[in-house]
Amino acid sequence: MEHLELFFKSIFIDNMVFATFLGMCSYLAVSKKVSTAVGLGAAVIFVMAITVPLNWLLDTYILQDGALAWLGEEYASYDLSFLSFIMFIATIATMVQLVEIVVEKFSPALYNSLGIFLPLIAVNCAILGGSLFMQSREIETLGLAFNYGISSGIGWFLAILAIAAIREKIRYSNVPPALRGLGITFIITGLMAIGFMSFGGMLTGGDEEEKKPEMIIEAINTQEKELANTIKGTK
Amino acid sequence: MGLLSKKDTKLITDPLADNNPITIQVLGICSALAITAELEASIVMSIAVLFVLGVGNVVISLMRNIIPSKIRIIVQLIVVATLVIIVDLVLKAFAYELSKTLSVFVGLIITNCIIMGRFEAFALANGPWKSFLDGIGNSLGYAVILIIVGFFRELLGSGTLLGYQVLGDAIEKTGVYHYGYENNGFMLLAPMALITVGLIIWVQRSRNTELVED
Repeated sequence: MEHLELFFKSIFIDNMVFATFLGMCSYLAVSKKVSTAVGLGAAVIFVMAITVPLNWLLDTYILQDGALAWLGEEYASYDLSFLSFIMFIATIATMVQLVEIVVEKFSPALYNSLGIFLPLIAVNCAILGGSLFMQSREIETLGLAFNYGISSGIGWFLAILAIAAIREKIRYSNVPPALRGLGITFIITGLMAIGFMSFGGMLTGGDEEEKKPEMIIEAINTQEKELANTIKGTK
Repeated sequence: MGLLSKKDTKLITDPLADNNPITIQVLGICSALAITAELEASIVMSIAVLFVLGVGNVVISLMRNIIPSKIRIIVQLIVVATLVIIVDLVLKAFAYELSKTLSVFVGLIITNCIIMGRFEAFALANGPWKSFLDGIGNSLGYAVILIIVGFFRELLGSGTLLGYQVLGDAIEKTGVYHYGYENNGFMLLAPMALITVGLIIWVQRSRNTELVED
């Protein structure tokens, strides 16, 4: 149940693109055609499924406050969490290179479809963002971290697939010249994000307030409360 | 203008409008959207990027002849990550509340495409002084968009600027609220950031029709 909840929450409610704007650069740049969007999306799922659990291990056994206790008592007081940025990004960059080499060796067909996207992925903020959110949300087990990696990747995949399909269609529409291309893509993404906001009540059953540690959801909740207060105040 | 030749000035002024990193080069969108609900956070983010891109560009430009091209991405990432750790620790020490608001987005400066993009496109091929100017110019271009978006979202969303109530008190009904004005809470939510940037692009491209895509 815990796994299922995290799975749907990461895909729909905390969608990488629509809720936290991660990976926007490649999302905008590579979404002109559905076929390339599918390739990049698949590569993102693949790399996230590997790097998030790896970084979870790194975080739990090396970086966290007191994580080095398994080395002996004198190490228990170390807190290396300030190193997490550099360690996470190093893991991601090396994993991407490694995956590229392995895929090229064992599956040339897959390499031909994914290969050109792999270098792009090292600097995709969704990948590093996934690891950083995994750390700040304090995901408990390796299984859940793996689940989180895959489901966030799927959420990103869905987003880029949807926008690529819309952009292919919108070529036949009469968009104002100055909005063509980038401008209209931004506005469509905004409208899609409004749509995705409606998934927010999915796991809570409607009005019931859910307690979540995430800053962003919390911020939205407080903003809604403030809004409600101002409405009350005006009445 | 003894310090800056005409070419050097162009390096700084170009990214402010006609070659803006966000609206034209489409780099560094993620952070531009996520943290612009308040003007203060946008300004701090701009300063952080200014520091990282200015210093990073110089460092990469100094090392450009000794970095093997096969592993250059990893080298660049390590340089950025080091600079970002400095920024993160400084923010935690001197502006703790703000660093909570920015949360993971300080860390995400590492993968901000603006930084990798400028390293690849400029610092690897030019000397340190030019790279420094290019870094400053591009981060100023980034800052302009961030501040415009942050300004409108905070003003229309919560009726404040930098935390000061410029439109009067919403509950006491002073200032413009007296005449029935309401805050648009929707401006504070994520999707409106996208739509605001979309509108900025619209305005910019209608003014300069050369930028229109076919």
